[in-house]
Amino acid sequence: MIRRRKSTRPREVVTQSTLDNAFDRRTFVMGTTMGGIGVLLAARMGYIAIAENEKYELESESNRVNLSLIPPRRGWMLDRNGAPLASNRADFRVDIIPERTPDPDATVTALTQILDLQDDQAADIRKRIADSPGYQPVEIASGITYDKFAAVSVRLPDLPGVVPQRGFSRFYPTGPSVGHLIGYVGTANAEEYAEQDRNPLLVTPGYKIGKDALEKQFEQELRGIPGARRVEVTASGRIVRELETREDIQGDPVRLTIDGPLQDYAARRIGLESGSVVVMDCETGDLLCMASMPSFDPNSFSQGIGRVEYGMLREDERVPLRNKVLKGLYPPGSTVKPMHCMAFLDAGIKPDEAIMCGGGRRIGNRFFNCWSNHGRVDMAKAIYQSCDSYFYHFAQQVGFAKVAEWAHRMGLGEEFPLPVTSQFFGTVPSPEWKERRHDSAWQPYDTVNSSIGQGYYLTNPLQLAVMASRMATGNRVMPRLQLTDEKPQFEHFAFSPEEIGYVRQAMSDVVNGPGTAGRARLPFEDIKMAGKTGTAQVVSLSVSNGKTGPWKYRDHGLFVFFAPFDKPKYAGAVVIEHGGGSGAAYPIARDVMTFLFDPAKGMDALRPLEEQWGGTAQQRLDAKYRAYAAAQGATVPPAPSRDEDIFDQVEAEARVAARQPETLAEQSNPSRVDNRTPEEVSRAAGSAAQPAADVPATDAGAAPASQPSATPAPPPAAAGAAEPPR
Amino acid sequence: MSGIVPAPVARQPWQMLIPLFVLIGFGSLVLYSAAAGSFEPYASSHLLRFAVTLVMAFVLSRFTRNLAMFVAFPIYAIILVMLVGVEAIGFVGGGSQRWLNLGFMQLQPSELMKPAIVLVLARFYASLPVGMTPTWRSLIPAGGLVLTPVALVLLQPDLGTSLAIVFGGAVVMFAAGLPLRWFMGAGLAGAVLAPIAFFVGLKPYQQKRVFTFLDPESDPLGDGYHITQSKIAIGSGGFSGKGFNEGSQSHLHYLPEPHTDFIFATMAEEWGFLGGLVVLGAFALIFRWGLSVARNSEDRFGKLIALGMTATIFFYVAINLMMVMGLAPVVGIPLPFMSHGGSSMLTNMICIGSLMMVARWNREAPRSGLYR
Repeated sequence: MIRRRKSTRPREVVTQSTLDNAFDRRTFVMGTTMGGIGVLLAARMGYIAIAENEKYELESESNRVNLSLIPPRRGWMLDRNGAPLASNRADFRVDIIPERTPDPDATVTALTQILDLQDDQAADIRKRIADSPGYQPVEIASGITYDKFAAVSVRLPDLPGVVPQRGFSRFYPTGPSVGHLIGYVGTANAEEYAEQDRNPLLVTPGYKIGKDALEKQFEQELRGIPGARRVEVTASGRIVRELETREDIQGDPVRLTIDGPLQDYAARRIGLESGSVVVMDCETGDLLCMASMPSFDPNSFSQGIGRVEYGMLREDERVPLRNKVLKGLYPPGSTVKPMHCMAFLDAGIKPDEAIMCGGGRRIGNRFFNCWSNHGRVDMAKAIYQSCDSYFYHFAQQVGFAKVAEWAHRMGLGEEFPLPVTSQFFGTVPSPEWKERRHDSAWQPYDTVNSSIGQGYYLTNPLQLAVMASRMATGNRVMPRLQLTDEKPQFEHFAFSPEEIGYVRQAMSDVVNGPGTAGRARLPFEDIKMAGKTGTAQVVSLSVSNGKTGPWKYRDHGLFVFFAPFDKPKYAGAVVIEHGGGSGAAYPIARDVMTFLFDPAKGMDALRPLEEQWGGTAQQRLDAKYRAYAAAQGATVPPAPSRDEDIFDQVEAEARVAARQPETLAEQSNPSRVDNRTPEEVSRAAGSAAQPAADVPATDAGAAPASQPSATPAPPPAAAGAAEPPR
Repeated sequence: MSGIVPAPVARQPWQMLIPLFVLIGFGSLVLYSAAAGSFEPYASSHLLRFAVTLVMAFVLSRFTRNLAMFVAFPIYAIILVMLVGVEAIGFVGGGSQRWLNLGFMQLQPSELMKPAIVLVLARFYASLPVGMTPTWRSLIPAGGLVLTPVALVLLQPDLGTSLAIVFGGAVVMFAAGLPLRWFMGAGLAGAVLAPIAFFVGLKPYQQKRVFTFLDPESDPLGDGYHITQSKIAIGSGGFSGKGFNEGSQSHLHYLPEPHTDFIFATMAEEWGFLGGLVVLGAFALIFRWGLSVARNSEDRFGKLIALGMTATIFFYVAINLMMVMGLAPVVGIPLPFMSHGGSSMLTNMICIGSLMMVARWNREAPRSGLYR
């Protein structure tokens, strides 16, 4: 070419033959170029189709196949007898994928009609669709009936992007009774999604994670393994066919030490009051009951609580959103007096060392009043008559640092290794503490106030129950919530059996003798309960007398107890906020313990009360919500029916029903020792053929803790469970 | 050809017709699959169009040299008028500006301009005195002939067809023996002006296509979608493909335009690398025949027509295949003889008919050293 340029330029002579030559050369160049491009294309295609085949095949598969997760069924939470405190129930739901819906507004309108949704619900859905990233499904409705589910399913061709699904939703049979204890589940929020490494399961519609309390603590155990469904989809997301499905694996059940019916009973027995009941097994530390009322219905939370219902709970001055067992802090009042006595015993004070009360006592240069004039007071009288002067005197004598040390040993001011989200440990005042916290010296009046559980003293009901167990047994009982087969061993405090027996007898006299809680006596000949009352002032006497007047100014009523008094098996604490004194607390303790030993008698005590209060805790909560909602101008769908009998096993009534045949059997074969294996127990539970386990007032201690019969109630539920949780 | 085959049949250029039938037949199979395993609507009309345009091509091949010389300028003029008409009617009608409604069919005059520009330039250079080839006289009128329709097509706007017309014109001018330095100069000027034209002349959507071509993975669900899905289709086909009617990319609508611009990807997914080789081989045979027709022609007019027509078809094939394989930006250019579409079939069969016409001239006028 260069040659050609040189030759043509100066002459510019072009002939036919030079043109023909040029044409032939240029045609050859073009043909070569075309061939080159052809080879390039073939090579390119070979590279894509053969060298990179694997990569593109994968991409083609990921185009074609859509993997959707099937949320795993959540593990059940079982009470100590295997009855479900939290289970799942089959549930129909409808989701919408906004991205695949050309006209979301019209589709939602159509769904509103099919599903009979309220206007405000439809507005909520529209907002959620507008806020969603598009590819992520948005819930339209869950817990719908099969008829509505079917109605949506047949109209699917007209409802692009709508996905009707079968799923499971969390169900808490006893609702508010376990609200604070178990917690609730809910859809994972953005932070939780990011926290858990953007696990795609968390954004799968219908999947909920534990949000509070035990549901949150045992999240990993309860979660299970999601199943997967592989479907072939078109580019627009329409499902062409199903390829394969892997079933989900249900989460592991969590067995709690809680006694379901007892928990329900205690929660309901609190009634209109605001308070908490803790009952524990003082041999094993098993927490049988941790009721805190008023509460919320975890079923509402788990279905995504409405704005109105949440508003009602938040505004309530009785704080239904706080677990009072762990996070309610109260001055323990006189309930610490027996424990202080044990501190005195340890300091060498003899039980028969006495003082003269005289309506009060001079400590230092001030005179401090007692609530009454008790005359000569020794240790026993100081406990059963709750004489303040005795404690003013001896606390001053041994020094409060010594007493505070024992308070800690007995569990006050301590946190326990429990699977709970948080516990408030309160305050046990001591000179060292006051120096550190308030930067001021300990004064005699601090000893006086603290010696009767007032002043800076703050405890939660769980600590009081632990204190009761430790006093009753002399062992360093540790509370536990998760049931295991091993029986824990506790350190024994250096008290002689006589010293422990002395305090037990004095506390029994509180109830059964000349004490302050005569009405707390159990309705049994052979089982006696020991206890100690307490009244904690909320405001100074100049504001309110503590008994009447505005609710917020009334005294807290407290009661710690154990039973049977001479061979303690159960111990616990009842705290009623602003109950106006201990009189609000110990009748509850009495009925709860009655129910523990004889469910029928317990229910007999509860039924008239509930009639008077306007129904069970659940019914009252529902009614309250409806009234509140009506006042807010919102309508509330009727409460769901409770037709699945399996869920009635942990209600308080269930135990009575289970016990009736037992009493009949007992009459014919009055066995007092339960020597059956757990298998026999669970087999027998449903039928009346076997002799029933007896009230374990005398012999239960001999049975291994793992045996369900070690608790007063044989497992009425275990055999009745239709679907044993995996 | 043996004696039992009648002479009129044996005379036909089978070395081109057989690969052509292979392409049409293969194309119909792919269209059958692209319509989700149905003869309707693509494959049937594809075959019908081929039958009609094949007859047309045979009629075209009967044209004599003189007739072709005579009609070249009038045809060019008519199509130019139609292009103006497209502007006018398209503007008045407010509809698409590429098509003219002829009642029985939608005609795209810019398509017809591709073979017409080859014809008219061949006519121009055939009658241009040889000595004037290196002078400005050979360039200015030809440039005018090319740039007038290109300007009209750019107004539509249709960049792909404009480039095709420029390409066809440039090939004819190149083959006509215009000084090489002009092409080098034009190439240099183009290299300088291209960035300016890119930022000033191109619409934003066209600029975006170029950017996307340069980095399709940057936005695989947006603008890179076409290229990415096409590469997935070709790549997942592997050596021998997923099997007839088994292509998931096309059947599940991941591949855009599986029956027109991206038909090669549809084919490659189901037939694999082997299918691709068959298509490339068939085109190679057709182009080899086209070039041999050009070489064998003793006549400047015939040479230029044959080369120009071959180059026009080649331009379609090369750009389309480079596009589906991710070597060129997405421009709406179909694959000749396989893609479903009337205008492209018409254009390409006009090219084939013209080549057959030149081949007939060659046969009837034996090779000689004399200038006719």
